[in-house]
Amino acid sequence: MQLSRDDLLNAYKRMRLIREFEDALHEEFSAGNIPGFVHLYAGEEASGVGVCMHLDDRDAIASTHRGHGHCIAKGCDERAMMSEIYGRADGLCGGKGGSMHIADLSKGMMGANGIVGGGPPLICGAALSAKQRKTGGVAVAFVGDGASNQGTTFESYNLAKVWNLPAIFVVEDNGYAEATASAWSVSGSQAKRAAGFDIPAIEVDGHDFFAVWEAAREAIERAREGGGPTLIHCRLNRYYGHFEGDAVTYKAPGEVEKVKAEKDCLMLFRQRVTEAGLLDAEALDQADREAKARIDQCLSEAKAAPAPTEAALLTDVYTSAY
Amino acid sequence: MPKKSYRQAINEALRQEMERDERVIIMGEDIAGGMGAPGEDDAWGGPLGITKGLMTQFGRERVLDTPITESGFIGAAVGAAATGLRPVAELMFVDFMGVCFDQIFNQAAKFKYMFGGKAVTPLTIRTMYGAGFRAASQHSQCLYPLFTHIPGLKVALPSNAYEAKGLLIQAIRDDDPVMFFEHKAMYDDEWEVPDEPYAIPFGEAAVTREGDDVTIVAFGRMVNMANEAADNLAKQGVSCTVVDPRTTSPLDRDTILETAEETGRVVVVDEAHPRCNMATDVAALVGQEIFGALKAPVRMVTAPHCPVPFSPALEDLYIPNAAKIEAAVHEVMSGVHARAAE
Ligand SMILES: Cc1ncc(C[n+]2csc(CCOP(=O)(O)OP(=O)(O)O)c2C)c(N)n1
Ligand SMILES: [Mg+2]
Repeated sequence: MQLSRDDLLNAYKRMRLIREFEDALHEEFSAGNIPGFVHLYAGEEASGVGVCMHLDDRDAIASTHRGHGHCIAKGCDERAMMSEIYGRADGLCGGKGGSMHIADLSKGMMGANGIVGGGPPLICGAALSAKQRKTGGVAVAFVGDGASNQGTTFESYNLAKVWNLPAIFVVEDNGYAEATASAWSVSGSQAKRAAGFDIPAIEVDGHDFFAVWEAAREAIERAREGGGPTLIHCRLNRYYGHFEGDAVTYKAPGEVEKVKAEKDCLMLFRQRVTEAGLLDAEALDQADREAKARIDQCLSEAKAAPAPTEAALLTDVYTSAY
Repeated sequence: MPKKSYRQAINEALRQEMERDERVIIMGEDIAGGMGAPGEDDAWGGPLGITKGLMTQFGRERVLDTPITESGFIGAAVGAAATGLRPVAELMFVDFMGVCFDQIFNQAAKFKYMFGGKAVTPLTIRTMYGAGFRAASQHSQCLYPLFTHIPGLKVALPSNAYEAKGLLIQAIRDDDPVMFFEHKAMYDDEWEVPDEPYAIPFGEAAVTREGDDVTIVAFGRMVNMANEAADNLAKQGVSCTVVDPRTTSPLDRDTILETAEETGRVVVVDEAHPRCNMATDVAALVGQEIFGALKAPVRMVTAPHCPVPFSPALEDLYIPNAAKIEAAVHEVMSGVHARAAE
C-alpha cells in the first residue's frame, strides 16, 4: 500500500487542522474564554493522523483526555467540536460533555475520556463486536505513557491476546504524565510489556508521520486478517502544558523549543514531501491558509452559538422510558 | 485569629501531623511532582497545590509520588495502614474511585469486622468532589453517599477551612479508614484557623445559625449556601437553624433531631443526586424519629437525577443554591405540600 498524492495532502491537512485547532484553543483559554479542563494535542498530530488514516467508519477508536487530535483524525466535525468545547447547544455532544468527552459514535469515535486508562477495555469490546459481527473492523486505543501504568491497560492487553481481538494499542509516550516523567513511572519498557503478553510491539518516532503510518499499516493489517493485537509505542512531545494553565516547571528550560525546532511533525512532513518532490510548497502553504481560515470560522461561529437551555438538563440520561 | 484558606488549612494539618508522628506518610499522583523530570522538583504540590512544600520538608521517603495506578497505590495505602503506618493517600478526584473502589470498600472497610476485630487500619483518603468547576461528568460528582453506605468507613465533609484542618487531623489520628472529602470550589475560601493543631471529633455537628422556624441540615459546601439562605430569610422574617453535620459517617443524629424537633420544619440540602443520598437519609431519620413534631413534610434540595453537565449554562442549573434553599424554606413555612417533581 502506498500513499498517493491525495493521501499525502490529506494527511498534511488533517495535521495542520489539528495544530490550528489547538493553537487557537490555547489563545482562547489564556484569554479566559473557555471553561473547564482543556488538554491540548499540539505536537502529537503525526500519531493520531498516521494511525487514523488507515481507519474508516466501521473501525472504532477510544481516545484520552487529550482527545481533540484523535477526534479530528477520525473524522469528527471540527465545527461541532468547537461548539462542544464552548458548551454550546450545537456542540457535538450538545454541550453536555465538553473537551474531555467529545465523541461521535457514527464515526467510530468512542469518546475522549476523563478517566486515565478508561479506553483500553472499551476497545476490547469494540474489537469483539467487530469480530462477532464480522464487519472487518478493528479497534484502536490511544494510551498515554501514564495510562500505560493502569491496571485496566494491562488487563486489556491480556484480554485482547487471549480472545485474539483485532485491537491495537497506541502508546503515545510524550515523556510525561502531568508533572511525572515516564522515564521514572514506566518500569521495563512498553515493548517488553507487550512481549510479556506475547503481543508484537513496534517502536516508532512519533514525530515522523511516515513511521507511524507504516507501523499502523502493519498492525491494522494484522488485526484485519485475524492476527490479533499489536502495541505501537510512539515517542513524541506535547507542546503545551498538561492542561491549560500548567506552568510546566518540571521540564528543562528550552526542552520544548528544541523539539519544535528539530522534530516538529509538520516541519518534518513538509521537508520529506517537498524534497522527494511529492508535494510542492505552494500546495502546503495553501493547506496552511485553509486550515487557519477554517478554524477562525469555527471559532467565530461557536462563540456566537446559543447555550443549551434548561430543557436539555434532564434529557439523554436514559435511552428507553424511565 | 489568623485567616487561612481551605487549601492552607489542609496543608497545615498534613504538615503538623507529619511533624508529630513519623508513621504518617502521604502518597498520590503528583502530590510533589517532577519525579524523574529534568526541571523543578515539587513542581506541582498536587494538581491544585494542596500538598506544596511537604516534599521539601519531609523528603521523598514520606511524600510519595505514584504512577497513575489508583488500584495499586490506594491498595498499598490500605496495606501499609494495616501494618503500622498511618498513610494519607490522595485520590485526586473522587470520580476515580471507580478504578480502586475494591481496595477501599472490600478491603480497608471490612478488615476490622471480617478479621474478628484483630485488624486496625488507620488510613485517610483525601479526595476532591463537587460541581462548579465546569469539569463535566467524570470530574464533578459528590459520591460521598456511596461511601457513607459502607460499614467500617468514616466519612468527613468539611464545609470551611476551620473544619478542614480539625477534621483532617482527626482523620489521621483516627484508627479507622476515613474518606476525607474536599470540595474543589472551596480551596480559596478563607476562614479563621488556629495555628496550633486541633482535632474536631467525628459525629459532632456544628450549628452555624440558630432560629425558630425551620431547621436546614446541609452537607459540605452546601452549608455555606444554607447560611447564605438563612441570612436572606432572616431579613424576610423567617428564622432558620442551620446544622452542619461535618461527618456523614458517623452522623450526629442527636443534633439533627433536637433542632428539628424545636422548629418542626426541616429542609435538607445535599449536592449529591436525589436518590439514596444524605438528604433521603436525614429525611428518613426525621420521619422515623420525630414524625409527631413535624409541622410540614421534609423538603429536600439536591442536584437532579442526571450526570453533571459540562456547559456552564446547564451546570449552573444543576447545582443547588441559596435561592433554591429559600424557596424550599418558604414551602415548608407556607405548608404547601406539593408533590415533588422527579
Ligand atoms: C483514573 C484517573 N487517574 C488520574 C487522572 C488525572 N489525570 C488526568 S490526565 C493525567 C496524566 C495522564 O498522563 P498520560 O497518560 O501520559 O497522558 P498525557 O496527559 O501525557 O497525554 C492524570 C494523572 C484521571 N483523569 N483519571
Ligand atoms: Mg503522557
